[in-house]
Amino acid sequence: MEHIISITVENKFGLLSRVAGLFSGRGFNIESLSVAPTLDPSMSQMTIVTSGDERIIEQIVKQLNKLIDVIKVVDLNESDFVSRETALIKVHTRPEDRAEALRIADIFRANVIDSTPATYTIEITGDPRKIEAIINLLQPLGIKELTRTGRVAVARESIRSTDVQAKKVARE
Amino acid sequence: MKLTGAEILIECLKREGVKTIFALPGGVVLKIFDILHQQKDIEVVLTRHEQGAGHMAEGYAKATGKAGVCLVTSGPGMTNVITALADAYMDSVPVVCFSGQVPTSLIGNDAFQEADNVGLSRPCTKYNFLVKDVKDLAITIKEAFYIATTGRPGPVLVDIPKDVSMDKAEFSYPSSVSIRSYNPVYEGNKWQIKQAADAMTKAKKPVLYVGGGVIFSGASQELMELAELTHMPVDMTLMGLGAFPGEHPQSMGMLGMHGTYWANMVMHYSDLVVAIGARFDDRVTGKVSEFCPHAKVIHIDIDPTSIRKNVNVDIPIVGDCKMVLRELIQILRATVNGDQRELRKPWWNQIQEWQQAHPLTYQQEADGPIKPQHVIRRLYDLTKDRDPIVSTDVGQHQMWAAQYFKMAKPNRWLTSGGLGTMGFGFPAAMGAQAAFPGRLVLCIAGDGSIQMNMQEMATAVVHKLPVKIIVLNNRFHGMVRQWQDLFYEGRYASSYLETTPDFVKLAEAYGAVGLRTNKPSEIDDVIKEAIAVNKPVIVDVPTYPYENCYPMIPAGGCNHEMILEDPPALKNKQPGSGQVVPKDSDTILTA
Repeated sequence: MEHIISITVENKFGLLSRVAGLFSGRGFNIESLSVAPTLDPSMSQMTIVTSGDERIIEQIVKQLNKLIDVIKVVDLNESDFVSRETALIKVHTRPEDRAEALRIADIFRANVIDSTPATYTIEITGDPRKIEAIINLLQPLGIKELTRTGRVAVARESIRSTDVQAKKVARE
Repeated sequence: MKLTGAEILIECLKREGVKTIFALPGGVVLKIFDILHQQKDIEVVLTRHEQGAGHMAEGYAKATGKAGVCLVTSGPGMTNVITALADAYMDSVPVVCFSGQVPTSLIGNDAFQEADNVGLSRPCTKYNFLVKDVKDLAITIKEAFYIATTGRPGPVLVDIPKDVSMDKAEFSYPSSVSIRSYNPVYEGNKWQIKQAADAMTKAKKPVLYVGGGVIFSGASQELMELAELTHMPVDMTLMGLGAFPGEHPQSMGMLGMHGTYWANMVMHYSDLVVAIGARFDDRVTGKVSEFCPHAKVIHIDIDPTSIRKNVNVDIPIVGDCKMVLRELIQILRATVNGDQRELRKPWWNQIQEWQQAHPLTYQQEADGPIKPQHVIRRLYDLTKDRDPIVSTDVGQHQMWAAQYFKMAKPNRWLTSGGLGTMGFGFPAAMGAQAAFPGRLVLCIAGDGSIQMNMQEMATAVVHKLPVKIIVLNNRFHGMVRQWQDLFYEGRYASSYLETTPDFVKLAEAYGAVGLRTNKPSEIDDVIKEAIAVNKPVIVDVPTYPYENCYPMIPAGGCNHEMILEDPPALKNKQPGSGQVVPKDSDTILTA
């Protein structure tokens, strides 16, 4: 099953190779990975989309925690979360397709961020299904280039903060 | 006062209480060696190969419980020490390795003797550092020792570019260190410990399954108390030997692939496995799906990743063995009222039956070829009163040593368990001898593996490390030959060594002492003679080449299905149809 793991790490050189090396060395799977600094520039936030059965995910979380530079690991699937991904899609447009391309972008609330006589570059943000859907619709027009950020995610805030407290105690 | 990086390094080592480092120089670490040369507090053991330096640091660490330190140069120096770091990582040995690096301005330029030391060592160290600024050197070294020796111990590499060792900085050594992302858990969860105590009092057929973690946390005393309080049998892993006295009536000896029959039967038929500082290695579990089918599992380990990695665990306790055992004992003292012995009487009757059914055996004829087990048995009997430190290489001799050389105390058994590194034994023994110059240090080796770090004999002679090496010389890679006999129809592909050097002459060539016997009746004399000499000694003992190590659980086999003796086809085998057959004449090439 697919899991999204959110990791707070020390913003040090070589950190990415430690995380990536852990996954490749132990035969774990990375579907996507995104990393950027947090508000505190000494730390970075990583979001890794991975998959595996319960035992593998448990190992991934534990092994990540064991890395010296990892400050915090959260398996977001343990609670409710929201995730988003951005894609930049460069579409080939013949004159008769240009209106159709704009229509599709409009339906998905995507933005055209660059335009030439023969192409549009469309920016789309959403969950993976939304991105798959727009890709499917644009494909007949001819996709010239496609680049995706990989997913980022955060846990949904609990409405009653006491719930969070209770969960912490139970897990310990 | 401003010091150079090299001076800072030496000052830090002194403050960490380092007395000995195992090292080999090279271009980029010359400044460090120059400073080492001008002081007397730290002894430099100059090795002949960096792998030797790494294993010596391991041997030192295993015998003392403190971090072992080695120092190597960039490029090939680093790649040579990798095997030792990987070995230390698998067996959780606290080693701090300093490597030289090309000057920071040249890093990445494919400079002479440049290697990506941090990249190379990343998968085989607990942590590694590249120090880019001399101002960071002292705190980095403090962190390196802290990480290597706390939590689950392991090797740490500190990579020091040449210019960092020459640059100057104000020196101050931090008295303590805290790393926000590294906080090992020492205290076990109280509720879980209570659950464990409860399960232990109720179990009818429990077993304590103990590993190297007990030794590293110094929990042998607590283990003894727990075992006697609960009257449970104690199975030890290869790394755990010595955690519990081998001759104690509750000791089952080693379990696993070449463990005793009863140690494995106890595991298979138990209703409660209490794993303490052990990691359910595949050499212990055999076929995982049929491992301990009747048992509940309690797992005490400081490393959360060890728990539920290989087998399912009912009561996990993350914590330091010593602290957790103390709490367990406290609870059990209050609840156990001496009725455990009675409760477990049928279990012990069963264990005794197993012990009588298939004891460890070998046949030594008075005038026949020497059996390797017999040599180890005699070595044990003749030296046990001297509380020796025993190292081994890897292979048949290692398993026989584990079976027949019963360790009475922890930190005396030095062996390469996880990585199975041939060539480990001799340098590891030297590291232990450097830490304890007055003690008897034995190295049990095979003729194959001793040749993997033979060059260190020069180091042993120069530094007066009087290690006694006993070479069980069967002219084979014995364990490989055994598998070929059992699983490859006796085709000895590259396992027959054809010729081994004359170890007696070899020892003498290095300035050490060489002894040999091929008569069973002379074994005692030659061992006594070796011990009496205050020099490194090689005792070459040509042994029967076709002896196999039993019991044996075939890889992927189930723990209660052991091979206990040679199958009929192998008995009185006329070896190797059309193969080269070792004869006594090529046993000792020159004798």
